Order: sequence, then C-alpha cells, then structure tokens
Amino acid sequence: MEIVMSVAIGLLFMAAVYLMLSKSLIRIIIGTGLLSHGAHLLLLTMGGLGGTAPPVVADGVTVSDYADPLPQALILTAIVISFAVTSFFLVLAYRAYQELGTDNMELLRGTEDYE
Amino acid sequence: MSNLALFPVVIPLIFAAILMLFPKKLHMQRAVAIGGVAATLASALVLFSKVSNDGVQAVTLGSWPAPFGISMVSDMFSVLLVLSSTIVTLFVLFYSIPTIGVKREQSFYYPAVLFLMTGVNGAFTTGDIFNLFVFIEVLLMASYALIVHGGEKPQLRESIKYLLVNIISSALFVSAVAYLYSVTGTLNMADLAVKIPQIEAVGILTVIAVLFLVVFGFKAAIFPLYFWLPGSYFAPPMAILALFGALLTKVGVYAIMRTYTLFFTMNTGFTHELLAIIAILTILAGCVGALAYFDVKKIIIYNIIIAVGVILFGISQMNAAGVEGSIFYLVHDMLIKAALFLLVGILTVIFGTSDLRKMGGLIKSYPLFGWTFLVAAFGLAGIPPLSGFPGKLLIVQGGFEGTHFWGSLVILATSLLVLLSVVRIFIYAFWGEPVKIVTIDRKHYLSMFVPTAILVALTVFLGAGAELFMPFVSDAGEVLLNPSLYIDAVLKE
Repeated sequence: MEIVMSVAIGLLFMAAVYLMLSKSLIRIIIGTGLLSHGAHLLLLTMGGLGGTAPPVVADGVTVSDYADPLPQALILTAIVISFAVTSFFLVLAYRAYQELGTDNMELLRGTEDYE
Repeated sequence: MSNLALFPVVIPLIFAAILMLFPKKLHMQRAVAIGGVAATLASALVLFSKVSNDGVQAVTLGSWPAPFGISMVSDMFSVLLVLSSTIVTLFVLFYSIPTIGVKREQSFYYPAVLFLMTGVNGAFTTGDIFNLFVFIEVLLMASYALIVHGGEKPQLRESIKYLLVNIISSALFVSAVAYLYSVTGTLNMADLAVKIPQIEAVGILTVIAVLFLVVFGFKAAIFPLYFWLPGSYFAPPMAILALFGALLTKVGVYAIMRTYTLFFTMNTGFTHELLAIIAILTILAGCVGALAYFDVKKIIIYNIIIAVGVILFGISQMNAAGVEGSIFYLVHDMLIKAALFLLVGILTVIFGTSDLRKMGGLIKSYPLFGWTFLVAAFGLAGIPPLSGFPGKLLIVQGGFEGTHFWGSLVILATSLLVLLSVVRIFIYAFWGEPVKIVTIDRKHYLSMFVPTAILVALTVFLGAGAELFMPFVSDAGEVLLNPSLYIDAVLKE
C-alpha cells in the first residue's frame, strides 16, 4: 500500500511542477493545490498506514493495533492552512487580473521599474 | 512550570482580534495597537528577567507530558529575539502613524502587524517542529496581507511571486516534517535531540537536514534561494518593508540556527561544511547586489542578504565564539536593519524618489538626520564601538578557531564593501549640490525622525554597552552549544 501511495504522491508532485512552470496564473494556482495535496498524502504515508483500531485504550487492543493518530492531526492542520492560503491566492489572482489586466506571468516580470 | 513563555505570543493575538472589531476608528486603532505592543514588550521583559534568573522556561500545552504535548520553550536565545522583535515592531508602529496613510490604517493594517508579531514570537518560542510550521504559516499569512496591503500595481504583481515561493517552501516543509517523523517517530525538538543521536541511519538524516536547510533557506534568503527577496520586498511601503527586513528573514535564520545546533548535529562534516560554503556565497551575492544598484531601497535590501550570510557562517563553526557572535549579530541586525529602512524611508519622503542619482546636498538642511544616518551606516558595517562590531569580531574569531579561516577573510573583506554600499548613500544624498526637495512640515518630519533616531540610539547603546549584553549572549550560546540544557528543561518538567 505504501508503494502505491508513493507513486500517487510522485504523480501529484510531477503534475504540480508541470502546472507551476506554465505562464497562466490560474494553472499555477491549481499546481500549488496539487503540490500541497502531494505533501499531505506524504505526511499520511510517512506515519505508516498500518493499524486498524482507533487510538483509544480499550480491552483487547494492543499497541500494535493502534492507528497512529499524530499524522492525522498534522494533516488536518496542514489541510486547513493550505485551504486558507489557496483561497487567498485565488482572490489575489483575481484582483491582480483586474488591476494589471493580464494573468500571463511573462508580462508580470516587473523589471521595468528598477534598472 | 510557568505560563510566562506564552504571553508574548498570546497578547498580540488578543489585541489583533480586538482591533478587528472597529477598523474605522483611527485613534482607537493607533492607541490599542501601540498598547498591545507595549504590553507584549512588558511581558517579554518579565520573561527575559525570569529566564536570566531561573534558566530555560518550558511550557507543555494542556499539561501533557513533554514529548506528547506541544512544548513552548523560552531559552535565552529565543527570549532575546522575542525582545528585539517586539522593540522593532513598537518603533515601526510609531513610524507607521505618520507615513502609512489613513486609508491603510483603516483597513486592518494594525491587526495584520499584530498577527505578524504573534507568528514571529511564536516561531521564536515554540519547541515543536510542526508547531514551528504552524507559526511560520501564521506570520506568512499576515505578511501576505501586509505585502499586498493598499493594492498598488507593483504590490499586486510582486505579492503573487512572494506567495508562490512561500507556498512551495511550505509544501517542502510539510514533506520534510513527514520524513523526519517517519525516521524518528517524534516532532518535539527536545525529544528529537535525544532520539537522533541514537539512530544509525546517518545518511537519511543528512538528507532530511539538507531538506530543512532548503525550506528555511527560502525564508532566510540564502544563496541561491534569495532570488524572490529583492523584488518582493521592493513593493510594499517603507514601514512594512522595515518590519519584513527586520523580522521575516530572521525567523528563517533562527530556525536554521536552532535545528542545526540542537539536533542536526549527526554529520557536521557535511551539513555544517555546506552551511559555511552557502553562507559565504550568500555574502558575496548580497555584496554584488548592494553595490550594483542606485536605488536606496535596493541597497539596504541586499544588505539583508549579506547579514544572513554572516550570521549563518558564525553558526556553521559550532564553537563558542562563532555561536555567540551569531546571536549578537542577529540581535544587532534586527535593530539596525529596521533603523536603516526607516532612515531611507525618510530620505525617499524628502526627495520624493528612491533613486540616488536624483538626490544631493541634504546635509545643509537636515544636518542631524545626516549624522544619524552616518552613525547607522557605520553601525551596519561594524565599525567599533558600534553594534555591528562585537558580533562580527566574534564570528571572525570563530572562523579562525574553526576550519574556515578563508570564510573569516571573506567576511572581513566584504565588511568594506558593506561600508562602501551604505556610505555611497550618504555621499550621494547628503553631499554635493543641493537638489530640489519636497517641503515637509516640521511636525511631520519629527514624527518620522524621532522613533528612527531612538532606534539608532538603541543600536549605539547595544554596541557601546556590549560588555553589559555579553553575559546574556553567552547564556544563549551555552544553551545552543549544550543541547542537554534544553533537553532537560523540556523533558524533566
């Protein structure tokens, strides 16, 4: 299972890098979304996918049966943060498009202001 | 166990939340914001005296035993940084009132500054690597709001790039934390410091250490990851730029210093060697930029990068002189960078431009301002007895005691280039033929100049009174060099 997850994470990272190298701003934002999804899955996989019982002390449940709760707590935090950042990025992109009149990163270099 | 370590984090958070309730009431906004920062400063001072008397203070949230709960740890190093970041924020707030503009003040400028402070102080205080990620996100979110605040065209353009770079580095941060967790099974920094020496797979840990260096290197603007900094920092108004220049990169530097002294010490022959080489390259790259531009903002921005290199070179030596020098220089750099940004801010207001070639002859009309600028410039370059000198001296000494004497030679040589880059501003702006200047009324000028001058005076005091500060700096260095002090304080609660 870990191998399958690793391949999925690799594919997500690959797609993210491809999208982020494009010129269109909206593709870049989708790329950042995929990148954080990849990072979150990595976090989940690295904690180990074993464990069937919930991490609560009960009769007949030994330590080896527990699912590790920490990666789940971490991933939840990371998802909330990336959700907030992505929504901020989308609003920023919209405002920038309104003000600057383009979403092409080639045209947003801004080198003309300083020599 | 005392909760004191949490106060510099929680107080600005509460005040920021209160400030969001009445964005349009200008005087209330100013008063509450300054009150909030002053309260934070008071709590930081109490914490400082507590740490200097009783040693490292650790709190574990929810009273869970240490590796399970999230630890907040205040040792001398972190409390010194909390103190200096709070002082810088206070003076920048005083400077913002006349310069930032009523429109910005009424659209959540002060809450954003206080949220930024929450994140910065939290990042300095936390004792858990994932919690460090969360606090860095808090301060980044506030910095996104600040960098685009006002919505001018260059700001919008540059904040897209700033956001993108930081999102990528955050994703790498999460990945690095994941790898670290899978290898060690813990994320508490003190617990990591216990577990990492017991792990035999040094190779994979070295990879993780370098990955963390990349992550923090993005924030700290080390070579070759500093490419985003000059453009992004150029866009926002001067008060925000001063905050960013003084605080944001320093969080990255702090994170590198903490992780590379506390637990990534299993393969210093590779990781710290790499850090030393990168630090020297960072200094050189910064010098090229600082000398290449005729724009006052750009010159000081590139000086941020140079200082990052100097500090990291000191820490890479891992000996008492180098580490103490780095700590001293870090505190000095926060104060002097803020002061210099505020000074060139006044320059750009007076001349109405930030281009050096359109300036000149200011020494006749503003003599005191000119001499204050010269003192700050000398302080930055490290001319004794000003505040850049003791830190740089110790760092250079650390390099000679260690294996990197060539690095110390580079630092000594580039000090001259730093001096040249800032004295060039002085020569162009204050000497020569007077040019037409914007007339600003006396009161407005003083409201900008007084907080700046006090900040410069503080750096002079820090340099001239270095003997007074050195005991604290050596305390801080001791904890960095003996991780057992840190570990005991956290795990024996």
